[in-house]
Amino acid sequence: MHKEPVAVVGIGQTKHVAARRDVSLAGLVREAAQRALHDAELTWGDIDAVVIGKAPDFFEGVMMPELYLADALGAVGKPMLRVHTAGSVGGSTALVATNLIAGRVHGTVLTLAFEKQSESNAMWGLSLPIPFQQPLLAGAGGFFAPHVRAYMRRTGAPDGVGSLVAYKDRRNALKNPYAHLHEHDITLEKVQASPMLWDPIRYSETCPSSDGACAMILTDRAGAARSPKPPAWLLGGAMRSEPTLFAGKDFVSPQAGKDCAADVYRQAGITDPRRQIDAVEMYVPFSWYEPMWLENLGFADEGEGWKLTESGVTELDGDLPVNMSGGVLSTNPIGASGMIRFAEAALQVRGQAGEHQVDGARRVLGHAYGGGSQFFSMWLVGAEPPTR
Amino acid sequence: MRPPIRDIAVVAFGQTDHRRTTDEQSEVEMLMPVLHQVLDATGLRTSDIGFTCSGSSDYLAGRAFSFTMALDGVGAWPPISESHVEMDGAWALYEAWTKLLTGEADTALVYAYGKSSPGSVRDVLTRQLDPYYVAPLWPDSVALAALQARALIDAGDTDEPALAGVAARSRRSAESNPHAQLRGGDVPHGDYIVHPLRTGDCPPIGDGAAAVILAAGDRARELCERPAWIRGVDHRIEAHSLGVRDLTDSPSARLAAENAGAFERPVDTAELHAPFTSQEVVLRKALRLGDDVRVNPSGGALAANPVMAAGLIRIGEAAARIHRGESRRALAHATSGPCLQQNLVAVLEDSAQETR
Repeated sequence: MHKEPVAVVGIGQTKHVAARRDVSLAGLVREAAQRALHDAELTWGDIDAVVIGKAPDFFEGVMMPELYLADALGAVGKPMLRVHTAGSVGGSTALVATNLIAGRVHGTVLTLAFEKQSESNAMWGLSLPIPFQQPLLAGAGGFFAPHVRAYMRRTGAPDGVGSLVAYKDRRNALKNPYAHLHEHDITLEKVQASPMLWDPIRYSETCPSSDGACAMILTDRAGAARSPKPPAWLLGGAMRSEPTLFAGKDFVSPQAGKDCAADVYRQAGITDPRRQIDAVEMYVPFSWYEPMWLENLGFADEGEGWKLTESGVTELDGDLPVNMSGGVLSTNPIGASGMIRFAEAALQVRGQAGEHQVDGARRVLGHAYGGGSQFFSMWLVGAEPPTR
Repeated sequence: MRPPIRDIAVVAFGQTDHRRTTDEQSEVEMLMPVLHQVLDATGLRTSDIGFTCSGSSDYLAGRAFSFTMALDGVGAWPPISESHVEMDGAWALYEAWTKLLTGEADTALVYAYGKSSPGSVRDVLTRQLDPYYVAPLWPDSVALAALQARALIDAGDTDEPALAGVAARSRRSAESNPHAQLRGGDVPHGDYIVHPLRTGDCPPIGDGAAAVILAAGDRARELCERPAWIRGVDHRIEAHSLGVRDLTDSPSARLAAENAGAFERPVDTAELHAPFTSQEVVLRKALRLGDDVRVNPSGGALAANPVMAAGLIRIGEAAARIHRGESRRALAHATSGPCLQQNLVAVLEDSAQETR
């Protein structure tokens, strides 16, 4: 039994900003969907099903918003699925959509993820504790800072590595017209001088809160053959989850992340990711997660990730560019952030990433994670169709 | 939709006793026995399961990321391949079914849970509505269902005694369902809640959980004596605004049934997710169910309606009847959204397609 090959033939996203007061939730998602259709040169009538994802419903204060958004996404009379896997949801949503095609249920699927954080207040959306749980850890940074500290202690990484990542990603964002933060006067000194929020994480090393949506059109082999622009082919995709808290959990390099990457590489025939993968869009909401994930994803040996970052390997013109788009550090509509990573990977192998295009990008990894580093979703896309 | 490329069956089903309140239990505590029930029935352990998918809603739990705690209950170590839909568990089953179709997994664990007791579910469900123009008016789920019932009565499709008959039959059927929240007895049709709906026309408010195990091909035959083979599943959504819909009909349910193959041969059993008596009237017509079809032998959602699990339970109940040899071909239905906005139909049979 062979799976149907899956191709990305359309990508659309909104310009991500702090508050899109000019559009409703419906207007926001429709904008991204229409851009993806335009890119694929398809119409609403070509779409067989819609798979939508976003982070908690409390972020906008709408319960199961797919019901209300059905009309705006042309889903009336069609199947519509709503995925929610915490911060990894944008990636998971795309993978659920790929299964509809790989399993030969549908031919062409619209998948979309969004967050319109300005509709409500994400801080309060995450501040509804139930009894006998630890109280709010002062935002996500409060949760992740100790794990960054653990990484630094374990690997001996010098203090400045996080700032290098933030400086790089914010400069990359200047080349991406859809990125939220466009800090034209950014300097390494400014990053290093920004206020310390959750030691060792500085203000400029954290992600913004964004409104935005990202959409992709996925299709089968026949659909790809009709595509007017080069498709991006799915070479491997996987999700892995592990419990939030337990005695054996390694927060620095979670097993679920390692297993997820290994599954993707197995599917794609990747035996040496550092050599065989050309670029990576990874989920880095706090700068230090770049070196951490480089190790978790097998691009560097344990304890060596920060050396790749420090030596400039992950720069846009480096040997293994990471977060060419500016990453989550420059744009974070939470529910869409994972899908943006997946979409950027596809843009790169289609050769359509514009100013932040990596020359000769043939195989690019998209990565997302969520919860307390417990949910992972990844895909590897290529310029050539799968041979396995 | 194309015919499925792989034979996949429901091989185990478990559910809690559904109760008005479960103050003493967390969601995880409610769910754990059900998970063990389906794992024990198949002899599988968590680590044997190829894919896990759940359905639930943060708005019922009253906190963001509520499903992460339930996942801890599954025992996701070593790490598992897992996903979640913020929908009724019937859609989690759909996602798991598509995953098995890709051949990436041969078994799947699907679960769903919902506790309506901590809040006012009528108020909570208003938050599903258009957030700019409708939700601020707080029209509750019973009021919206009453609009639909009124439209049906005005169209001559039903009347209040007929609706009372649906309620009475459902509660009588539930007498043989040990998990039902409301069972048997002389059903008072009750006072009007929102005209023309009376207490008896409306579902009980309650808490509950359910789990199902799916398996493909020979794996299903190993795990279950009489697997309930999924001949087709499809789901469709309609416009959100009630003003642009014909509330006396359910075109999305009809289309889903057609794509799931429901009309190819008659079914003997139908488990309908119709929380209101009037919605059974709509669904019977859309799904072309004659009087010879046994509708909701479990008592249906009028006997127990744990929100987010009630749809998955319909698939589980239909499968269980096939497991017990009480049905040869059954239709299971799940719904979501106001007045049957979104509908899923699964067709289950006692023999595999065996065509490949």
